[in-house]
Amino acid sequence: DVISTVEFNQTGDLLATGDKGGRVVIFQRETESKGESEEVGETGDSGEYNVYSTFQSHEPDFDYLKSLEIEEKINKIRWLPQQNAAHFLLSTNDKTIKLWKVSERDKRPEGYNLKDEEGRLKDISTITSLQVPVLKPTDLMVEVRPRRVFSNGHTYHVNSISVNSDGETYLSADDLRINMWHLGITDRSFSILPNNIVDIKPANMEDLTEVITAAEFHPHHCHLFVYSSSKGTLRLCDMRASALCDRHTKLFEEPEDPGSRSFFSEIISSVSDVKFSHSGRYLLTRDYLTAKVWDLNMDKGPVETYQVHEYLRSKLCSLYENDCIFDKFECVWNSSDSVIMTGAYNSFFRMFDRETGRGVTLEAWRESSKPRAVLRTRRVYNGGKRRRGDVGVDSLDFTKKILHMAWHPSENIIAIAATNNLYIFQDRVNPEAQVQ
Amino acid sequence: MAGADGDDSLYPIAVLIDELRNEDVQLRLNSIKKLSTIALALGVERTRTELLPFLTDTIYDEDEVLLALAEQLGNFTMLPPLESLATVEETVVRDKAVESLRKISQEHSPVDLEVHFEPLVKRLASGDWFTSRTSACGLFSVCYPRVSSTVKAEIRQHFRTLCSDDTPMVRRAAASKLGEFAKVLELDYVKSDIISLFTALASDEQDSVRLLAVEACVSIATLLPQEDLETLVMPTLRQAAEDKSWRVRYMVADKFSEKAVGPEITKNDLVPAFQNLLKDCEAEVRAAAANKVKEFCENLPEDNREQIIMTHILPCVKELVSDTNQHVKSALASVIMGLSTILGKDNTIEHLLPLFLAQLKDECPEVRLNIISNLDCVNEVIGIRQLSQSLLPAIVELAEDAKWRVRLAIIEYMPLLAGQLGVEFFDEKLNTLCMAWLIDHVYAIREAATCNLMKLVEKFGAEWAQNTIVPKVLGMANDPNYLHRMTTLFCINALSEACGQDITTKQMLPVVLKMSNDQVANVRFNVAKSLQKIGPVLDSNALQTEVKPVLEKLATDTDMDVKYFAQEAISDVKLRSTNQSSAQDRPPLAALQNKVF
Repeated sequence: DVISTVEFNQTGDLLATGDKGGRVVIFQRETESKGESEEVGETGDSGEYNVYSTFQSHEPDFDYLKSLEIEEKINKIRWLPQQNAAHFLLSTNDKTIKLWKVSERDKRPEGYNLKDEEGRLKDISTITSLQVPVLKPTDLMVEVRPRRVFSNGHTYHVNSISVNSDGETYLSADDLRINMWHLGITDRSFSILPNNIVDIKPANMEDLTEVITAAEFHPHHCHLFVYSSSKGTLRLCDMRASALCDRHTKLFEEPEDPGSRSFFSEIISSVSDVKFSHSGRYLLTRDYLTAKVWDLNMDKGPVETYQVHEYLRSKLCSLYENDCIFDKFECVWNSSDSVIMTGAYNSFFRMFDRETGRGVTLEAWRESSKPRAVLRTRRVYNGGKRRRGDVGVDSLDFTKKILHMAWHPSENIIAIAATNNLYIFQDRVNPEAQVQ
Repeated sequence: MAGADGDDSLYPIAVLIDELRNEDVQLRLNSIKKLSTIALALGVERTRTELLPFLTDTIYDEDEVLLALAEQLGNFTMLPPLESLATVEETVVRDKAVESLRKISQEHSPVDLEVHFEPLVKRLASGDWFTSRTSACGLFSVCYPRVSSTVKAEIRQHFRTLCSDDTPMVRRAAASKLGEFAKVLELDYVKSDIISLFTALASDEQDSVRLLAVEACVSIATLLPQEDLETLVMPTLRQAAEDKSWRVRYMVADKFSEKAVGPEITKNDLVPAFQNLLKDCEAEVRAAAANKVKEFCENLPEDNREQIIMTHILPCVKELVSDTNQHVKSALASVIMGLSTILGKDNTIEHLLPLFLAQLKDECPEVRLNIISNLDCVNEVIGIRQLSQSLLPAIVELAEDAKWRVRLAIIEYMPLLAGQLGVEFFDEKLNTLCMAWLIDHVYAIREAATCNLMKLVEKFGAEWAQNTIVPKVLGMANDPNYLHRMTTLFCINALSEACGQDITTKQMLPVVLKMSNDQVANVRFNVAKSLQKIGPVLDSNALQTEVKPVLEKLATDTDMDVKYFAQEAISDVKLRSTNQSSAQDRPPLAALQNKVF
């Protein structure tokens, strides 16, 4: 089914995807010790991601009060920091967030007193002594069990979830509200913090001018979180200041250039994703045409702006008509915060080296995901000299969108969701020089 | 102990053991709860070599099974399964495992403790996952007092390490056990070790850790001699009271009055700090502090308590009365009346009374309700008359509030108010209100109103009821609205016992019987139910001659429900008339009220 979210866990050994059908598929990286340790780089399957477990996270539902169908589509997946041998992840659809436990089991109890292993009852008179079940090793089984269901927290569609660095809370955001949950408490009235940490719902829905599009916790400071809005602004909130974060600590906004204002200005400035850098110093945002990097210490405007597909500026009218202008592209940092990546159309995705400011366009297609194949760089013809292999703007396929992606937390491995397909690319030669 | 002769006594144990791995959680749970029976049958040796390894690996099970297992294991000296349970992710299971381990540790001799228990604590403390390290935090304090000084040094070292653990979860666990650990430490180590750990945790980068350190502060303060408090604890406490994070300040406000730090520090430090919390910019903090006003004032050193309150606390309290946040005001309203006993009559009249009156006029009903619900404190000091002029409009306004929950809340205070204000005042001012509630358009209010009448009758007696309430209630039997007619029946159900046999038989019964001809079926079957309920109060003569014929007639009613309830009543009444001691086993009054409809 169409993949709707991709996420690595904290070690990068597991990768989870969610799809439109409410399924979650977890991939596990093959441990390198399996192959001959000498030739790790060469053996075909070491370091590859294979399916580890698949389970149905959400089912289609119906809101009887509002006569609305609730899709089973998984909007976001977030892994919890590992706390014991098992792994935990949060998955959410539009309304309900669930906490799942993924654990392994390699032993099975054997031995009954009153029946044999096939379940046939034994003759009672033959039982002369008691038998305690013995644990015998079996094939590895992966068990996925629901641990908590956090429901009834959202009236609108959940667009983000983010786990706090304190390890016991997380936030979830919908269009108008950000809720804070304690991982152990599903009934909101028990939560330590007042739940609606942010609520921008106006008294009259007609007055609504702005919605929350994404929200994330700071990677180290448990009291800071950021949320982005449809007006292209970012607000940083400090939960230490007050219980209700209706007043932001900092507002990040780029002053609008009055010259370029058009009917589409507001739509294309809407932020579709926001991510803290691993260092916690920078914020990466994506709007329709650009990716921007912001410094937490500078709220006047972004420190870096990258054009993702500027050539579409002249096409906004038709993109509005086919609704593509509302596509929500995600953006990610690499492990050292030196490269950013975001998606585009025609199965293209873009990477920008922050040091040089140079960007490349790459294509996710079947051939390049073969072992040892090289990622193809592509160019979109946009005036000037046309080279062989360039794609014209008019021949871009807008149905092949790359919206969701993830970057391994410590290595140069990326996971790209292109509609039904998941591509995992990994740089084996020189982990430092991935971009070129 | 396991008999080798194939005897029947093996069978139940065999079932229990098999059900340890039954698919049905309930059966597994059942087996786990009989673990001691299984162990007894297996004998010590087999329990250790066979049952133990099996249980140690049972950590895949459902939480409730694990929880039961953790609890059961507290009755054995089997450490390994508890050790593995102490690492599961579910906090309640882990906590129970720790609790059982603590229990077991008491049964270890000092030698065993060092040989078996202490290594387990160390393993947990240096475990890979934070779950095991958090569990270790709760075990140090039970080992420490009973081990040799070398091991003691090791334990202190482990605790120190966990206090600076990488994960905030472990630091939180350590912070929350800091006070408990400090209690078992020698005073010198408290001063050298604990204080530095406490200071570090209290300035942790995560406010979730800092706020737990505030709690530890309370226990540490009680351990230290007075003269050390100023240098060792107060700087941290002062810092916490001014922490950037409101959650930390909230904790200070919440734990404040528990601190026994002596009069000098109280006067110089705590009072100003408390003042600041009452004026905090975060409403949650002000509300927590407001909740503590009475407790804080009570614990002030008695010699100059009044002066401190008057000059330092009261001005802040005055401001809170007009706070912008209603939670703050209502927190204050729930305790402010308590100040009158501390301040005495004159101060109360001069300074507190205006505040009470202002809160009685507050726009938020909860504030007014909280004042009214605590009237008894003031009554003792100045008598309620001082208030009654303002009280009445406040009560009337609440009684007519548009929100039915507010009306419900004030009804519940009526018996209390009636007791405080006396029968005269009540008859004059409040009686009409109580009767008006009986015809409220919300059922819950009518129900509460009937219950209220019963409590009033219990307070003022049957004679008062006969003169003031009963005529009005019975008058409603002729109301054109059938809901009001039913209210009559519900009132009779509630009042019959309090009013006694005489009033019930002579005044209430005829009305009920007359209503059996009501044209609305709901009224008729409620007549049947009423007769069943007041039956025990009536004498058997009335039952046989008056009640029974009516019930028999109702039992042939055209309406199914009427028939059903009439038959119910008949069988019940018959039972009672044959059993003369029936008054003893009729359902308690509370149950009666629940069944009103």
